[in-house]
Order: sequence, then C-alpha cells, then structure tokens
Amino acid sequence: MQKMVAIFLGCNIPVRLKQYEAASRAVLGKLGVELTDIPEFNCCGYPLRNIDRTAFVLSSARNLALAERQGLDILSLCQCGYGTFRMADHLLKTERSLRAEVNRVLSQEGLQYEGKTQIKHLLSVLFHDVGLDAIRKQVIRKFENVKIAVHYGCHVLRPSNVVGFDNPVAPKIFDRLVDVTGAESIDYPTKLDCCGAPLLGTHNRLSLDFAEKKLVDAQKAGAHYIASACPFCQIQFDTVPRRIEFERGLNYRPLASILYPQLLGLTMGLDEMALGLDRNCGDMNFLGQALVGETVAARSNGMESREYEQAV
Amino acid sequence: MVYTISLYASLAIFCFGLLYRVANWFRYRVDQEAETISTSQRVTAAITGLASTLFSIQILVLLRIFLLDVIFQKYFMKMGALRWFAHMCIYLGFILLLLMHALDKIITNSVFEVYYSTLNPFLFLRNLFGFVILLGLGIALYRRLFSPQPQPKSTVVDYSAIAVLGVIMISGVLLEATKITSHTLYQEMVSDYSGLDEADTDSLSALNAYWVENYGLASPGVKRPFDADTLQTGEELHKGSCMECHSPPQWAFMSYGVSRVLRPAALYLDRSNVHTGLWYIHFLACFLGLAYLPFSKFFHMFSTPIHLFIKGITIHGKSKPANLATFQAIELDACVHCGECTRRCSVAVALNEIPNPNILPSEKHAAFRSLLSGRYISKRNLLRIQEGCHICTECRRCTDVCPVGINLEGLWFNLKRHAANLGYPKPEAWARNTIGSDFIITKFNEERLPLSFDDKTFEKEITGHTQVNTFSLCFGCQNCTNACPVVNSHESPRKALGMLPHEIMHCLALRQKELALGSMMLWDCLTCYLCQEQCPQGVCITDILYQLKNLALKRMKQEA
Repeated sequence: MQKMVAIFLGCNIPVRLKQYEAASRAVLGKLGVELTDIPEFNCCGYPLRNIDRTAFVLSSARNLALAERQGLDILSLCQCGYGTFRMADHLLKTERSLRAEVNRVLSQEGLQYEGKTQIKHLLSVLFHDVGLDAIRKQVIRKFENVKIAVHYGCHVLRPSNVVGFDNPVAPKIFDRLVDVTGAESIDYPTKLDCCGAPLLGTHNRLSLDFAEKKLVDAQKAGAHYIASACPFCQIQFDTVPRRIEFERGLNYRPLASILYPQLLGLTMGLDEMALGLDRNCGDMNFLGQALVGETVAARSNGMESREYEQAV
Repeated sequence: MVYTISLYASLAIFCFGLLYRVANWFRYRVDQEAETISTSQRVTAAITGLASTLFSIQILVLLRIFLLDVIFQKYFMKMGALRWFAHMCIYLGFILLLLMHALDKIITNSVFEVYYSTLNPFLFLRNLFGFVILLGLGIALYRRLFSPQPQPKSTVVDYSAIAVLGVIMISGVLLEATKITSHTLYQEMVSDYSGLDEADTDSLSALNAYWVENYGLASPGVKRPFDADTLQTGEELHKGSCMECHSPPQWAFMSYGVSRVLRPAALYLDRSNVHTGLWYIHFLACFLGLAYLPFSKFFHMFSTPIHLFIKGITIHGKSKPANLATFQAIELDACVHCGECTRRCSVAVALNEIPNPNILPSEKHAAFRSLLSGRYISKRNLLRIQEGCHICTECRRCTDVCPVGINLEGLWFNLKRHAANLGYPKPEAWARNTIGSDFIITKFNEERLPLSFDDKTFEKEITGHTQVNTFSLCFGCQNCTNACPVVNSHESPRKALGMLPHEIMHCLALRQKELALGSMMLWDCLTCYLCQEQCPQGVCITDILYQLKNLALKRMKQEA
C-alpha cells in the first residue's frame, strides 16, 4: 500500500483542465495511491517568480507547511508547480534568513516550514512509488502501432540539481511510462525543449513559435500524439494550433495532445468520459481504435479470468 | 426647524446619491462589447426587459429570490451560521426599526388604531429591535477584531458603517433612558394632560410619587419610601390620565436598565437638558446615515437584491447585450465587502511580501469601480491596480465563493483590459515594451559606462543571495548563450535581445547595472533552465535572470 499523499492541483487544473484531475484521480485510484485534498492550498508561487522572490518562496512554503502539518508528501500534477516547490524547498534549506522571514509570516497562522515534506510529480510517483510492474498489472489492453512524442517539460528536468526528477540530458521516466501502454515513445529533435507557455502574454509570437516547432518536429518524427503531464504545456499544445490558425493560417493537420494519465487510463479499461477525453481539443478518435488485444494483454499479465471480467 | 431642514437636506442627498449610483449602472462600460452600446440604449433595454419580466412567468423566479435570498438571506448561509445570524440581526432589526419607529408617522400610525411610542408593544419592540441590531453589530465588530480566521483588512468603509449604526442605536437608547428619568419632561406632560390644578399639591405629589416608584422618574426633593396611601392616590390619578399612553418603562428593557445606571446623575442630566442634546445627536446621526447611505457600504441593501434578481433571470447568450452591459456595472456595486473572496484567494498570501491591497479581490473590486468612475487616479494607484490584477492566477476561487454570485473572474478579465488600455498591461510585457525596447546596445558604445560598485542596494540584491552570487564564477565559455533556445531563434540575437546570457553575467561582475537590468533578454527568457543546466561552473543563470527581473520591475515601479 502506498503512503497517502496530498494532491496539489494548482490554479489552472480545476478551472481549465478538469480532465487532468479526473484522469489522474482515476488512474491513481486504480493503482492504490491514496490522495488527500487540502482545501487551504494556495498558489504554488510560480506566477510570482518574475515579480518577487520572497513572495514566491512564501507562497510555496505555505503549501509545503500545510502538507507538513498533516505529515503528508505533495503530489503535484503541474510541472511548473513541481519545479517551483523544489526550488523554494531548496532555497529554504540553503538560505537561513529567507527561511526565518518565511516562518515569521507562516507562524501568524500557526504554520511552520521544517522541510519534511517530499515533493513529487505525478510521473515520479507512477515511476518510483507505484512502479512499472504494478502499473503493468492494471493494464488490460494495449495500444498497437501508436507513436507518442513525450514532452518532458522544463521545470521537472532542470535545474537537475534542484528538481531531481530524472537525468536532465537523457531522461527516461516518461518514455518508460509510455512503453507500458504499448505505445511507442519516439525521439524527436526538440524533445527536451520548452513548450513556450511562460512567454504567453509577454511575447506571444515567440511563445507560438516554440510550441509550433515542437508540434511540427514531433509530427515529422512520426508521432500520432504528443503527451504531456503539465497543465501549462497541455493548454499550450491544445490551444496553440487554434491560435496559429487564427493568426497565421494553418495548412496542415496539427498534432493532438493528450495527458499521460488519459493515455494510461485507456489501457486500464477506464471509460473515455471518466478520463475527460472529450474535453481535449485535439482529435482523440484514433487512440480508441488503436486499443487492441484486451484478452491477450490481460491474460499475459496473469489476471484471473474473474478479475478480468470485472475489469472489463 | 433644524429637524426639518436636516431631514429634507439629507433626503435630497440620499435621492441624489441613489440617482447617481443608479445612473452609473447605465454609464459604466465594463467589457468590450459594452463600449459599443450607448447609455440610452441600455436604459431602453432595461425598461423593456423589466416590463417583459414582470408580466411573465419569470416573476415566480423573482418571488423565490425575494423570499429565499432577500428575506431569508440564504446566500449568507455560505459564510457560516454565525455570520448569517449577525447579518440577519442587523438587517432584520434595521428594517423593522425603520418601518415601526423611524417611519412611525407614515406607517405605524396608519396601520394601528392606537399608536404611541410610549405604549406597548411599540415600547418593547423598539428596544427589542435595537437590542437585536446591537447584538449583530457586536458580533460583527468582534469578528473583525478578534476572529482567529485570517481576515481581509477591514477598511474605513466597514468601520464607518458600523460606527454610524452604532451611534444611532446608542444615542437612541440613551435618549430614551434620559427621558424616562427626566423631571422636566414629566412636568410638561402633567401640565398638558393631567388636568390637575397647580395648587393641588397633594395630588401632584401623589402622582409624582407613583411615577418615581413605578416609572423610573427622578424627581428633586422627593424621598422614598412613600406611604401606601400616597401611592394609592397616585395610581388612581395615573390610571385616569397617564396609563392610556404610557406602558411601564420596564418594558423598554435596554433604556430602563441604562436609566437605572444613570439615576444618580439623573437630576443633573435633566437640568443640563441632556435629553435634548441626545435627541439632536440621534436624529442627526439618522439623517447623516440616510445621506451617507448611497455612498456607503449600506448601498448594498439596494444593489445586492437587484443583482440577485437580475442574476436569477439573466441567461447568458440569450439576454440582450445592452442588459448584460448594465448587469456588469451592477456587479461592481453588488459587493457587500464580506471578504469571502479574499479569504479563498490563491495569491492573498503574497500580500505579506508585496504590500499592495489590490492583490486581494475584495479590494481590487473597489479599485475597478474607482477606475470606471472617471475620477483622477494617481499613477501610484494605477500601478497598484496593474500589479494586483496581474498577480491574480485566474483560479476562479473568488467567483466560486462569492455569496452574492458576482462574476469576479469576468471583472478581473475586464480590469486587465482597462488597465492595459490606460498603458498598464501585464508587468512583464510592460517592462519588455518600455525597458527592453529602449535598450540599444550601440547607445553605449561611445560613452564610458558607470560602474555601480557603490550602489549598496544593488550590491546587496545581487551578492546577498547564494544563487545569484554565482555570477562571479562565470569564465565566459558561452555555453549558456549557445544552449539558449531564445538566442537561437533569432538571426541577429544581439540586436533582438540586447545582452546575451553570458554577457549579462559579465555585466554583473563589472557591476554594469544599466546593461544588466535593461536587456531585452530578461523579458524574452523562457525560464527553461537549459543555460543553467549546461553551465560547467554552476552559475545559476536562469535564477539570476529571475532576480534581475524582480529588480527591474521594482525599479520601474519606483521610477513611475
């Protein structure tokens, strides 16, 4: 049994990407990861980073302290949130005066940051805490002939000494997790690059350029879908083709984006509606058709037939 | 005279204020679509909309809202039973006192056959309603001052509302208390209504004794105890001339209690005519409240129910754009400043480090209204609005919790638009457009650049943090610049970006403040951390750029 973790949704997911939350809860539920909601959670501090360093660290630290009060680790669905928490945690552990200032403010509410909370991302929980074997046991059908371009996301990968997610130059977690679903994770030139979301609203043209380049690169490399695990990246990939169409005109069929827990959920036999596939902007029909071999997959995973029937 | 003049003056101000506030509903243009609709179109649409609603099945919706939300204050339940109770006390007590007491000549007199303010049930009810209001005010004040929950800051608006009501209530109670004990008033009444001859001292002192004994009167030169016969005579006289209009003052439990406390000083208070003074304070405070109402927090007693009514019958996409425009303007007035939004605000915690009240939705709401009023707003306040509306993460929690159901998220979207139109867009874009585009590298070619080693604040900001301080480790290999996707996306990056990442590290080492803070590179940084990851020296390049952005924005704010 997994240790209970506090799920951190951030500001975007509950409003603009409900399917990410739904799919993550469904998948984690199947895998036996128990989630706690802390309603007092606030902004992770990421949007404040350009404005004021202390304010960003304070904002992060309040969430960490809230989880710490309940003795919980944090599971972030957002990669920017994950990176921000890690950075704040790092700064609070290295800079004494910052920690004193933050704790001074937190103590007004009876909170305290001690640095005991571990910060995890959905993908790291799936890979390290749940493990590929446990996931395989729940996979009852697999994708066939589906190529996925994974988008790692900058803020989980770098700076690696702070975020400690995976090898920053040759990461493998996301690829391995895609492999479990039977889909093939392909390589493409801009695999580790930025989606452009941080420049949205500041320099829109550049922001569009980066997203478009990734989508085109991945498509050229033969991908059917781009997979993300961050609301910022997902919204960027979902909305950019429409904005490009509006601003520049689109003469190709853009690559659709899917959230990793949706991809995994499909292979676990979860309902498309429960995974919120209808809320994605891109075309998801191809994926449904590519799911095959339910019986084979299930039997090969050593499931009892009765258990299998229940699963389907 | 004073009474009449101040009554009409305050009524006039009240009516003017109401008209002004309502006119604003048709004048303020919140969203872009509203800018194409004229005020007269909006008034016409509102009138036809109102008429068609009143004569349709939707009247039932209005009725339901009236019963549940306006009378029973159901929407307030969201904020917990105590706050609902406190608000219900103030609101019910206020309405009932207004109808029964303040408008007694118009309403109570015509509804009841016999009405004297000194007669039960009016005597008792007036005290009961007053007590209920004071109870509600007490809870409200206690909650604001001592509640353990984190509170949005109470402002002058909140305290002035509590204060005006408090003065009216307390002066009313004191007035009644001093009137109970007043011998002067007693004598006036006796000479007017008792029909007793002034020479009939026995009867007069008997009645006096009865009133001192039973009606709380403070009379000079009278000593208790009285003998039974005198009281008996007094009672008969009382029954004959007074009882018809006077219930026992004990029913006025608050005032009577206060009058007992004041009793030792009662004769002195009566001689100095304090009750007249209190009467002035009482009615002047009422009229002040009346005149102040349309401009105060109390205006919500009109705007909030109207907002709830319209919200109940508005169907987006179906209602007329002109009416939606008016509805949005009403949303700006419907706030009761309960602070629920601020308590749920995702970024409210930042207020501790960035002292700008406009970060909080409850304050930003008021700022939006002042922005639309067309009044002069100082540059400093505009900057605060800009910062406040862009620190917001659009998490929609404020909209979800607003008990009145104001679409706050929609307002924030429009506030950003208005601020941008006034020249205050997203701070990063603003900095990019002003600092970044101003930066021409050739400008610096001919002059010797000043070094900022003696700038103590800058020195502290860049060397005080362990991470930022890493710039001194840079040996100029340019890995960062080569790794940067933004640099690589330009054909001539120096022209587009000013200083490149490795050059910014050099600028810091040489304390070239202007070059480091003025570069376009800061604002075009993706924060992808590729540079920092590639640095063989462990220079925290991205984090340094973050810090420089913080500094540049702070400096821009200070300069503006």
